Amino acid sequence: MSEVSALNHAKFDGFASIREIGPLGMITLRAKPDLPGLAEAIRAAVGTEVPATRRIVTNGDKAAGWMSPDEYLLILPYGETGAALAAIAAALKGQHYLAETVSDARAVFRIEGAKADQVLAKLSPVDFARLEPNELRRTRAAQVAAAFWKDEAGYTLVCFRSVASYMMGLLTHSAQNGSELV
Amino acid sequence: MSTRLSRGGRLIDRSASQEFSFNGKKLRGLKGDTLAAALLANDQMLVGRSFKYHRPRGIVAAGPEEPNALVGMGRGARFEPNQRVTTTELFNGLEAQSQNHWPSLEFDVGVINNSLARFLPGGFYYKTFMYPRAAWKHLFEPIIRASAGLGKAPKDRDADRYEQAYAFCDVLVIGGGIAGLQAALVAGASGARVIVLEQTAHWGGRAPVDGDVIEGAPADAWVKSAVEALGKMENVTLRVRTMGAGVYDHGYVLAEEKIADHTPGDGRPKHRLWRIRAGRIVTATGAIERPLSFAGNDIPGVMLAASVRDYVVNFAVSPGDRTVVVTNNDDAYRTAIALKEAGLEVPAIIDARVSVTGDLPARARAMGIRIEAGRAIAKVKGGKRVTGVAICIQAGEGSVLEEIACDAVAMSGGWSPVVHLWSHCGGKLVWDTTHAHFRPDATKPPTNQDGQAMVIAVGNANGAMSAADALADAAKGGAAAAEATSFKAEVKAASATQVTEAPMEAVWIMPQGAGSALKAKMWLDYQNDVKVSDVQLAAREGYESVEHTKRYTTLGMATDQGKLSNINGLAILAQSLNEDIPQVGTTTFRPPYTPVTLGALAGESRGEIFQPLRKTPMHAWHEAQNAYMEPVGLWRRPYTFPRAGETHEQSVHREVNNTRTNLGLLDASTLGKIIVKGPDAGKFLDMLYTGVMSNLPVGKCRYGLMCNEQGFLSDDGVVARIDEETWLCHTTSGGADRIHAWMEDWLQCEWWDWKVYTANITEQLAQVAVVGPNARKLLEKLGGMDVSKETLPFMQWADGTLGGFPVRVYRISFSGELSYEIAVPASLGAAFWEALHKAGAEFGTMPYGTEALHIMRAEKGFIMIGDETDGTVIPQDLNLGWAISKKKADFLGKRGQERNYLASPDRWKLAGFETLDGSVVPDGSYIVAAGHNANGQGNTQGRVTSTYYSPTLKRGIAMGLIHGGLNRIGDVVEFNTVSGGTVKAKVVDPVFYDKDGAKQNV
Repeated sequence: MSEVSALNHAKFDGFASIREIGPLGMITLRAKPDLPGLAEAIRAAVGTEVPATRRIVTNGDKAAGWMSPDEYLLILPYGETGAALAAIAAALKGQHYLAETVSDARAVFRIEGAKADQVLAKLSPVDFARLEPNELRRTRAAQVAAAFWKDEAGYTLVCFRSVASYMMGLLTHSAQNGSELV
Repeated sequence: MSTRLSRGGRLIDRSASQEFSFNGKKLRGLKGDTLAAALLANDQMLVGRSFKYHRPRGIVAAGPEEPNALVGMGRGARFEPNQRVTTTELFNGLEAQSQNHWPSLEFDVGVINNSLARFLPGGFYYKTFMYPRAAWKHLFEPIIRASAGLGKAPKDRDADRYEQAYAFCDVLVIGGGIAGLQAALVAGASGARVIVLEQTAHWGGRAPVDGDVIEGAPADAWVKSAVEALGKMENVTLRVRTMGAGVYDHGYVLAEEKIADHTPGDGRPKHRLWRIRAGRIVTATGAIERPLSFAGNDIPGVMLAASVRDYVVNFAVSPGDRTVVVTNNDDAYRTAIALKEAGLEVPAIIDARVSVTGDLPARARAMGIRIEAGRAIAKVKGGKRVTGVAICIQAGEGSVLEEIACDAVAMSGGWSPVVHLWSHCGGKLVWDTTHAHFRPDATKPPTNQDGQAMVIAVGNANGAMSAADALADAAKGGAAAAEATSFKAEVKAASATQVTEAPMEAVWIMPQGAGSALKAKMWLDYQNDVKVSDVQLAAREGYESVEHTKRYTTLGMATDQGKLSNINGLAILAQSLNEDIPQVGTTTFRPPYTPVTLGALAGESRGEIFQPLRKTPMHAWHEAQNAYMEPVGLWRRPYTFPRAGETHEQSVHREVNNTRTNLGLLDASTLGKIIVKGPDAGKFLDMLYTGVMSNLPVGKCRYGLMCNEQGFLSDDGVVARIDEETWLCHTTSGGADRIHAWMEDWLQCEWWDWKVYTANITEQLAQVAVVGPNARKLLEKLGGMDVSKETLPFMQWADGTLGGFPVRVYRISFSGELSYEIAVPASLGAAFWEALHKAGAEFGTMPYGTEALHIMRAEKGFIMIGDETDGTVIPQDLNLGWAISKKKADFLGKRGQERNYLASPDRWKLAGFETLDGSVVPDGSYIVAAGHNANGQGNTQGRVTSTYYSPTLKRGIAMGLIHGGLNRIGDVVEFNTVSGGTVKAKVVDPVFYDKDGAKQNV
């Protein structure tokens, strides 16, 4: 038995390359930013600081992102969520929080290439010229919820698993050769 | 004859000939032509027929204001109706067909309407409604439908791709003429992020055609250097073929980019809809020339004066050898001069003004052109083509002084700024008496979210009508836009040589004393066939409001939205009402500026990605098994899994029978799953559910109902207590997102101090219902955990493994059978599902779909949200009082349910029904009662909510609401049927199958 990603690593190459990756380990952590032990919990789980508003902090293959005033997204290798949950539970013992594994509730895509932002600019009302490095942008892609952030090579986009094929369709449509915005 | 001139043409490439066809006739044009220019170069002046009278129609304009020259373009999957030839770029292989003619363009039977004109007066639609109803249906509608209609609807699926894109800027400049470029230069130099949109393929607008001189050189040179300078600015984006369509609240602008209209089939998207958020919007949208209202002003060959010189200067196309110019202003003299310079004849300039002064008339005089001051056109001679004009005095009634032979008439009634985008969000207009036009009132701009001016109009669009004034105005506007978005801008305008123009004179009817015969031939709206006489008739009939007159006469309601006709029409209306034009006002300007194709509005949303389809991890398996899918919210769920030769009904019955006797598997992954955790979670759930959840022991499950504040049943599901602080709430498949949002709403807005967190983990888990007498055998075969009745009794759950899969198993049943609902991580869902099928083969496993699920729950008398509920039903109506706590001080809906109407014993309540003849009660049936209500409708005493053929009981069963509810058991009632008549049914207990629950509790 092995975990399969929503689309079995589907790929498309247009003016940018689209790849479905994953499954990626993800934990949704709901807690107020001033919760005693929060910093220790996040450090124990993914080895990063508590992310600032609208930011994502990475640490190798792990990361912590700010999702809302009382929600964080922890990213880590798929097999490590159990241990991370235990570490969080230890650090936040007696505190009010919620931590749940959501790795399988999500589909994850990479959009890469010099014009990767143009693929997303067709789908999301986001000002890419003003998108900062390490900014975790929660938005929508056409008709569904999405979140993404950029690194040197491109963008990582997260959406719900059930709409993975819709998302792949959107990204494929938007990355067609000849449809570059500039 | 209109023809191609041997020299000139600033936009054409004479070395690149292009072939196209019009009504099947092969014609040749040149690269750089618009379709209009190419048609005129081939002497194809007649391009269509008018809407009502089928009058011959020729090309009038050279831009988006063109009312007549609409064609069907392309064929098959690339056919498009109503394409404006004046804005269509010519390409090799273009195919165009004229519209609204039958049987041919040259000979049209509909033209008979022309002689019946007196039977189709203004408001004829409404007047025909007044006749006996039968007359409209059998007489008028068929005739009007047969003869009217512009363009055919495409029949094939569109072969092209469309997309949308988002853009952001500080300053959005709409219009790439000299004013737009000037505004962009100033704003760009300030460092602001600037986007400049131009609807045509060329920068510079009218200035090069009009002979403007900027910085001492022809405008072309300045335009070129301006575009180059802007191209070098990294903060400036230039887009041609992009039309600013609409301005919306908060600086939002829609624009349509025509990417591949001129290169069809090259693989690029045809159009792209831009959705732009701008700090400030600069509209440099220019102005549109107005026609003059004289008799026969719609005869092919009568064109706008500036458009005539567009064709001559841009495309080296002459509309005719002899062109009479008729005007009330100096600008039209540019046309006479341009024609003369191109070697063509201008027999006369008919100027309505008594005194003609100014630089341009002086130049025309010097060129030997005859100028007739104080004169007017009494009527245009000709049928399908202008043959001459009859001249009269403007001050008179139209006595003909002289006839002048000519093959074209160039008319100019002055210029109207394009104020559409300024007006979309509420910008007000002011009447400028000097130019007899409406222009933006800078003191009443459309405002943004900060109450600041959101749109700044510049250049011609702002009433700055000369090149020099336009540049100065645009520099100021560009700077103001940049400053408003926190940049430091310097107002630096290019200087244009000022040409002195004498004032124009407002002329709304030519000649001013024209009688009714002439006025009935003066066209205002060419496309919709509205004449001066129609507007005057409307005024006489009491239509005083311009909005009413518009609708009554259809003035300005055609695809050109009255770009040529509006001002002339409302001037006529004002005159008829003896009011000033500003008092009459304009109709409302609404987006889009010119038509935007539906494909662009739909963007990527078509075919596979028309809307998001939610798929469970087992979706591919279902499709491979030929499942018939049905929508459940955005999910697609298997309705049934038909086998070869089976109808859906047969396969559903097989699935029910097999589940009741062997083993059925249901993909229940869509079931909503929401984690609720925290010290106050129990208190929170006690408020949300009608029952008590706080005292549910860890490891146990309990069924619960949720109501809205009004008390109406909203959702239901099984709640499991996971640990001391954690509950898992199952919701309906369609309700997961709604209930999660409902929970967050209460937690964030009302009970913000309660310590509760929620997480919607619906998609984290795949869930399978393993249902039927053999269910336990299958799980025991897979092995890994104890699923015996003793260890895992009904309404409990346990974590463990089954066949190596990590699972959470719930002993819950929605079918009445021994049933386990098993959750696994979604990424293992497909593998687990297949493992169950493989291991279950020996126990008779079959998958079942939603219809079998529905039948089995109905056999058990279980309610279904959306069937037994419709937003007006409270739990008490469904005999669910047992699930409502009497002890709790409060819960959502408690107060609502206490209202006397909901607490009344008189409400329709749930019962079961068995037809006496075993048939199935039709869906949607009402239970009839004696007598009639105040509206003469038959009285009712109840209605069916669920009705099925029960394969288990081999008869029709139904659930429904009936006055008296279960007290009526034993009564025989009648349900109405679609075909008339009724079907008799006995009121019974709604639990048809295994009332004691012996089968599920084993």
